[in-house]
Amino acid sequence: MSTLTPIDPLLKIYSDTESIRLSSGTPLADRVVTDIFAYTEKLAKQVVLREDTVQCSWKDKIDKIVISRVFGYPLMLLLLGTVFWLTIAGANVPSEMIASVLFAFQDVLTQWFQLAQAPAWLHGVLVLGMYRTLAWVTAVMLPPMAIFFPLFTILEDLGYLPRVAFNLDNMFKKAHACGKQCLTMCMGFGCNAAGIVSARIIDSPRERLIAILTNNFVPCNGRFPTLIAITSIFMTSALAFSQSLLAAGMITLLVLLGVAVTFAVSWTLSKTILKGEPSSLVLELPPYRRPKFGAVFYRSLIDRTIFVLRRALVVAAPAGGLTWILANVYIGDVSVIAYIASVLDPLAKAIGLDGFILMAFILGLPANEIVIPILLMSYLATGQLTEFGSLFELKKVLLANGWTWLTAFNTMLFALLHWPCATTLLSMYKETGSKRWTFMGFIIPTALAFTVCFIIAQTAYLLGLA
Amino acid sequence: MTILPVPLSTLQPGEKSKVIQLDVKGLLRRRILDLGIVPGTVLTCIGKAPAGDPIAYLVRDTVIALRSEDASLIYIDSAAR
Amino acid sequence: MELKIGDRSNALKDHGRVMREHFGIRTTGEQYVIALAGNPNVGKSTVFNALTGLHQHTGNWPGKTVDNAQGTYTYRNKSFLLVDLPGTYSLLAHSVEEEIARDFICFGHPDATIVVLDATSLERNLNLALQVMEISSKVIVCVNLIDEARKKKLSINFIELQKELGVPIVPTAARNGEGLQELQNAVYTMAVEKKKTRPKQVVYSEEVERAICTLLPKLEKLDLARVVNPKWLALRLLDSDISFIETIGRYAATQNQKIVAMPQQGSKITL
Ligand SMILES: Nc1nc2c(ncn2[C@@H]2O[C@H](COP(=O)(O)OP(=O)(O)OP(=O)(O)O)[C@@H](O)[C@H]2O)c(=O)[nH]1
Ligand SMILES: [Mg+2]
Repeated sequence: MSTLTPIDPLLKIYSDTESIRLSSGTPLADRVVTDIFAYTEKLAKQVVLREDTVQCSWKDKIDKIVISRVFGYPLMLLLLGTVFWLTIAGANVPSEMIASVLFAFQDVLTQWFQLAQAPAWLHGVLVLGMYRTLAWVTAVMLPPMAIFFPLFTILEDLGYLPRVAFNLDNMFKKAHACGKQCLTMCMGFGCNAAGIVSARIIDSPRERLIAILTNNFVPCNGRFPTLIAITSIFMTSALAFSQSLLAAGMITLLVLLGVAVTFAVSWTLSKTILKGEPSSLVLELPPYRRPKFGAVFYRSLIDRTIFVLRRALVVAAPAGGLTWILANVYIGDVSVIAYIASVLDPLAKAIGLDGFILMAFILGLPANEIVIPILLMSYLATGQLTEFGSLFELKKVLLANGWTWLTAFNTMLFALLHWPCATTLLSMYKETGSKRWTFMGFIIPTALAFTVCFIIAQTAYLLGLA
Repeated sequence: MTILPVPLSTLQPGEKSKVIQLDVKGLLRRRILDLGIVPGTVLTCIGKAPAGDPIAYLVRDTVIALRSEDASLIYIDSAAR
Repeated sequence: MELKIGDRSNALKDHGRVMREHFGIRTTGEQYVIALAGNPNVGKSTVFNALTGLHQHTGNWPGKTVDNAQGTYTYRNKSFLLVDLPGTYSLLAHSVEEEIARDFICFGHPDATIVVLDATSLERNLNLALQVMEISSKVIVCVNLIDEARKKKLSINFIELQKELGVPIVPTAARNGEGLQELQNAVYTMAVEKKKTRPKQVVYSEEVERAICTLLPKLEKLDLARVVNPKWLALRLLDSDISFIETIGRYAATQNQKIVAMPQQGSKITL
């Protein structure tokens, strides 16, 4: 019906050309490429002079190890674990320092407000709500991210990431997906939205969609510090060497779990709504290049700091203000927040959390960074503990609100698996152009998070472990 | 001398040979051509991933990884190894 | 279920609007648009950052950049708008990000296209350069990573390369800032002074050239010469990529009054 369009003349010539395209033994398109390469080969011979070296540089030797049968996987694990360990061990002291400076300034602010005889609600919204959240986000998020990303960027600049994709491709193939998905997952560490956009490098639309739908199982910049914070405070009170190792091991396991879930979901999608055979992989492995350490470190440090601070300002601070209001507006004798939490509580308890935690996750939809601050603020506003000076008092606050190992564990699991943040959903929509797929990107992790946490909680309850 | 075409996937790490023919179809064929893998191109097998697949090849001073079932659709000269 | 990626079927009148709406490129009146093309991972974003002072992400793996990025710099009192493109191995795209690069190179009509090559694998990289040179004569070849080439003990005869290719060649090591002055100079000469080049055209084997000859008269009737190089179009007709032919038709329609109407959004073109 719609066959008559004005660009038809061109298409008509195209279809007339069919006979020419197929006339000779080798397709003409192949000849075109072959001819070009015949010329470039000749040209390169003519202009490039090679000093004849029987090459076996350090780069080749390194690749022998990086992709070797024996060392390939262990090396990946070791590097991952080391990066996490450096992050956890290194973030601790600066976190404390930032926290003490920022919270000291909060007291100063409070004094100013008192001097100016500002109304209590204004002080509440601006200082206890917005400023305090900003301070928490900065203290908890910034140091680990400012350590993790420079390290990660060094690996990236070295040329290690494509090797990881190369090593893992076989598993992706078994999940009927593409090895390049691994690269999109690496980008997901920075931000899931960026990870989703980077899925453009995957040729097959089906495999691309799989990469988009599963990117959320990599803990992003906003969730990763949450995991670190909970791990650290529940592993230890003051981080000693062995305990930071333990915490790093825990984080590594969690990330591996995310990877395992990615494989499982990819596989399931390939067998159900995104049926299809694995297509192909063509991946270039660039030569190792020596990173410019100074420049890389400096650049990614600045980049991350700006990223974290901007998010803290744009999303976390307003959310903090809002949460303070919700915590201080009363219906009868319960605050709005306590009311919402009590409604959510039965459901939350069934999956090993509590109403406040679930509510914090729900309110955290705009950005995952704010989950922990919202949670703390709701606890502080409703519990007995109202002030809070250092990060290690975090543990006290949590314990005072009935946290057990199960609460901690399931909160981490839920953080790892639950729905993507709003920005991520938006890029999902932009990249797929489909509301349906965006909804799938929301519902799959959500269902998974509830199911997994439910099973673990119920098992623990049954066995009397928690 | 007779040329005996064998699949590229049989090339072992360290070995080197010349492409004779491509049986790859569709988009993958284009991609492979664009990377300069055309009849006559010399390929060196550099190594395999820990699971034995994919396989990395040196092509025109660059390293390209292919899955073995795709590599098995590229035929090389067995005599030139 | 299909992934619908963008929509390129708006009828557009002038070039500025094509730039804006198709590529998200905004130029101010007196700005020269310069495209940065090249294989993945050859240092396009590094060149971009060095010239514009911006901080596009770079990384040692193919596929780091997946969208157009733009930035400006001033050289000898002229303003240049530099467009960093995703890497692509050839102008026959396979994935979304390569399509973005291809469409800009083919239809964006920049005032100059810098094709960045990896000095350590010229043989592979020249493929794209030659393809771009079939479309446009406003090409500058930037041979980047010469520091890596030096490490590998390769020496390249740039004078001879320039003579062969017929376009300006600029060796650079963008990460260390080497050769950028010369690059800016070459861009200036091409974009502002409109210095002519004589880009090398690949001579294909006899049957290909014969096929081109039979196609050319038919294509001339369509009067597309102002929009695309007819010989290049003939070559694309020899590929079995109908979706690209459709894209060419659509872009041609946005720029050529002879072909006015457009297929409606989403309508299938059946033969
Ligand atoms: N030694 C050296 N390394 C360089 C040079 N230019 C870029 N690099 C490095 O090469 C890698 C790739 O650079 P990018 O600028 O990201 O490359 P690109 O062409 O934009 O890559 P895509 O966006 O993936 O197409 C980075 O790790 C850079 O640091 C150079 O002149 N010398
Ligand atoms: Mg780039």
